[in-house]
Amino acid sequence: MTYPEQFKYTKEHEWVSIEGDTGTIGITFHAQQELGDIVYVDLPKTGTSVDVGQSFGSVESVKAVSDIYSPLAGEVVEVNSLLSESPEKLNEDPHGAAWLVKVRLSSPVDAALMSAADYQAYIGE
Amino acid sequence: MPKTLGKVRPHLTQNEPLLFEQSSAGKKGYQLPELDVPAVDAATALGAENVRAEIAGFPEVSEVEVIRHFTRLSTWNYGIDLGLFPLGSCTMKYNPRINEVVARMKGLAWAHPYQPEELSQGAMEVVALLEKYLAEIFGMDAVTLQPAAGAHGEYTGIMLVRAYLEAQGNPRKKVLVPDSAHGTNPATAVIAGYEVTTLKSNEQGMIDPAVLAAAVDENVAAMMITNPNTVGVFEENIVKIAGILHEKGAQVYMDGANLNALVGLARPGDFGIDVLHSNLHKTFSTPHGGGGPGAGAVGVMSHLEPYLPGPRLKAVDGRWSWDYDRPKSIGRVRAFYGNFGVLVRALAYIMAHGGPGLRNATIDALLNANYIRARLEQHYQIAYEARSMHECVFSDACQERKGVRTGDIAKRLIDYGFHPYTVSFPLIVPGALMIEPTETEPKSELDAFCDALIAISKEIDEDPEMVKHAPHMTRTSRVDEVTAARKPKVRWTGE
Repeated sequence: MTYPEQFKYTKEHEWVSIEGDTGTIGITFHAQQELGDIVYVDLPKTGTSVDVGQSFGSVESVKAVSDIYSPLAGEVVEVNSLLSESPEKLNEDPHGAAWLVKVRLSSPVDAALMSAADYQAYIGE
Repeated sequence: MPKTLGKVRPHLTQNEPLLFEQSSAGKKGYQLPELDVPAVDAATALGAENVRAEIAGFPEVSEVEVIRHFTRLSTWNYGIDLGLFPLGSCTMKYNPRINEVVARMKGLAWAHPYQPEELSQGAMEVVALLEKYLAEIFGMDAVTLQPAAGAHGEYTGIMLVRAYLEAQGNPRKKVLVPDSAHGTNPATAVIAGYEVTTLKSNEQGMIDPAVLAAAVDENVAAMMITNPNTVGVFEENIVKIAGILHEKGAQVYMDGANLNALVGLARPGDFGIDVLHSNLHKTFSTPHGGGGPGAGAVGVMSHLEPYLPGPRLKAVDGRWSWDYDRPKSIGRVRAFYGNFGVLVRALAYIMAHGGPGLRNATIDALLNANYIRARLEQHYQIAYEARSMHECVFSDACQERKGVRTGDIAKRLIDYGFHPYTVSFPLIVPGALMIEPTETEPKSELDAFCDALIAISKEIDEDPEMVKHAPHMTRTSRVDEVTAARKPKVRWTGE
């Protein structure tokens, strides 16, 4: 599996992609693989404020419900409506069409986030 | 499957359509006596808009069809009375029949909660005795029996913590939970108004005192600890852990889901626990799962006692009465005094065993789990090397190389006549197989179970595809759990 170079990654298996003052958050291919078939995605409403390390939603698979932790601080400006109808997209295209939320940043991005290479080393790939 | 293995043989069982599908107009299984009062027109009495001519799709069947329907369905069941029920962390132990005899005694079975106190002395004595015995077993100062089940007990316990801290001026903000915890722990903390901080376990699957010390500050209200934890390992640093929390004024909550490993051997109150809940339907042998209801007794140390749900029992001149004068109480958490019938069964279990008997049961539970571990360890990867208590947790690491995961192994186990173990929990073990045999299993049953799992590991080497498509001998082949979860059909629509 390829992990996009332009993304940053967390130890909790989220990815972020920054464009200007907006960050997109998703979960990694590895995360969806570990979770198995995803059956429900619970996401916040637009306007919700999120903080680094804070849980802002959850992903439910046939195995477990897992919290999603925000790698970013800011306000949710867009939520991926695709996922409420088609949670399986998160298994199919976790780095693309199945992004979770877009956040308008209120503070600079945490420097501790991992590069694609570091993340792959972290998950042992 | 080798013919000598497994507990099942091919066997005829009858198919059964839904009651809706058996329905035909006009059939019924009742006869009502003729009206002996003036007839009332429902539309006049209730308003025509509130009356319907018929209930759409309501099944119409005869008495014998209803009896056969449910009797046939009952033969499809698997329960503890048919064999080992190795669901880890669930303590699916045998429910001794003496419990049922006692619970059916007329004076107890027919007691009404609105009976006056002077006619309820026996029932109140049952409650008082069970509180006393559980307090002794827990090593705690007081016990409430009101909560109706485990998660309810957790919620009650954390509300007690909140009330206690609030009375000191600050309920605090956070509850710490290890990453191996049951999902109900963080859920409880959130419902009680706390933020949850998850602590990573160390490489032995235990709480790391250094990680804990770094996470505890004056904002932490409590830590919720399961001991032994969900990997079946005793948190051997528990006294140190409790010390770290107490030093910062935080409370130590123990989830007693795994208390079956401790009864008669170690008392949570002695190793620093402030409040715990115990599932009577696990550790104290009352019916479990569909056979419930449950009971989630909560034990507390004396500083939390004033906050316990009211009313509380008090004895005056040898007579029991309810004490409603409990100004600090968090209030009732359940109507009357909990699931009384369950409490009677738990008391019967404790009294039938006595102290030495309870201790023996615990030792047998530990022995059975470790016997399974010893037999399976060469075939399945043990999750953590630390000594197992009452359950053992493996991972599917060896089998995954052939593309077979824990869920597939569990399905194949059904073909051998066993209920599956707990699959994919705890979450910190990738591909977990969590096995808890309990003390009530004879060695022959444990051997049959281990033989089946060993045979499956050989099948995986030889024919992994066959295992991946199990079960093969059941009424229904593998069901599509994913579609069922994504697009659930929750009612019959005739399609």
